[in-house]
Amino acid sequence: MTDASITFEQDREAGFGDYFALLKPRVMSLVVFTAFVGLAVAPGGVHPFIGFFAILCIAIGGGASGALNMWYDADIDRVMKRTMKRPIPTGKVTEQEALSIGLTLSAFSVIMLGLATNWVAAGLLAFTIFFYVAVYTMWLKRLTPQNIVIGGAAGAFPSMIGWAAVTGGVSLESVLMFMLVFMWTPPHFWALALFMNADYDAAKVPMLTVTHGKRATRVHILVYTVLLAVAAFALLATPIAGWAYLITAIVMNGAFLAGAVRLYRRDEVQAEADNYKAERQFFKLSLVYTLAHFAALLVDRVLGAMGVGGPF
Amino acid sequence: MAITKLHEVHKRRRSRNVGLGFALALFVVLLMGLTIAKVTVLDPARSTTSEVQQ
Repeated sequence: MTDASITFEQDREAGFGDYFALLKPRVMSLVVFTAFVGLAVAPGGVHPFIGFFAILCIAIGGGASGALNMWYDADIDRVMKRTMKRPIPTGKVTEQEALSIGLTLSAFSVIMLGLATNWVAAGLLAFTIFFYVAVYTMWLKRLTPQNIVIGGAAGAFPSMIGWAAVTGGVSLESVLMFMLVFMWTPPHFWALALFMNADYDAAKVPMLTVTHGKRATRVHILVYTVLLAVAAFALLATPIAGWAYLITAIVMNGAFLAGAVRLYRRDEVQAEADNYKAERQFFKLSLVYTLAHFAALLVDRVLGAMGVGGPF
Repeated sequence: MAITKLHEVHKRRRSRNVGLGFALALFVVLLMGLTIAKVTVLDPARSTTSEVQQ
């Protein structure tokens, strides 16, 4: 072994933060929030510590699927500008390590959630990890431009798992919370793909923008935004939504639909002229959209508990 | 001969060891908290008392 090779190995040695980055902490924050809301609005209630532990398990399960995604997609991550600084492309963590961490944390989170709450919630978490890793990452992502549509289901499950952790089952309310995130995912990622197209093109990921062009993507965004509004308003028919949710749904869906129509009316010449300003704004709005809807459900729950307003 | 100069790699190893130690300690605390919460929720004496009160 030469001095040069020793230095090279040392430069690649990972710190704790590199292993933590495998768990995609930013994605985990949405998982934690939607799971928390699902758990908080569920009828019956749960011991606060068990609730906290359940959310932790869901977050670890989500992080584990992130690690497995990075293991399998390491070749794509090395090519894409957005992902080339992740721990595997930079050489800090090996693919084998990511696989081991992902599998261990998957088993750990599912078993601990089952022991802490119930096996329906644990089964849903296991299915979510399987769906994200096997169905989305390994199968659909590289196969079809509808990858985002079906793969979005994985991100939609946490609220349903939170609900199941309290109730021990699945009901209309949890299905509609699932639908809210499920229908939101395509316009959110397609808006991103409109101004990050070169990345997906280089990685040969068949995003809609790559396979069908940006015109078709703009049409798809509009259609899914309309379907999303239907799913969002459908929650008003359930006992978990109240005035806060109604006001939020009207404001956010109005703004989101207006944004989708604006994107539909624009062409590439206009978009490139202002460096995809409207597309970037729509993407930012999509981040607020889900948070606002789930926060409104939480507000209605709190108001209901205080006896002022709350669910209808 | 003792190593007197700390290299970047030592910091990384230290962060790994401290992080793992913290995670294990947290796991122990969480299990203890979960046990107490479970026992509190499933305590038959408590549920009998609350049923009587109702």
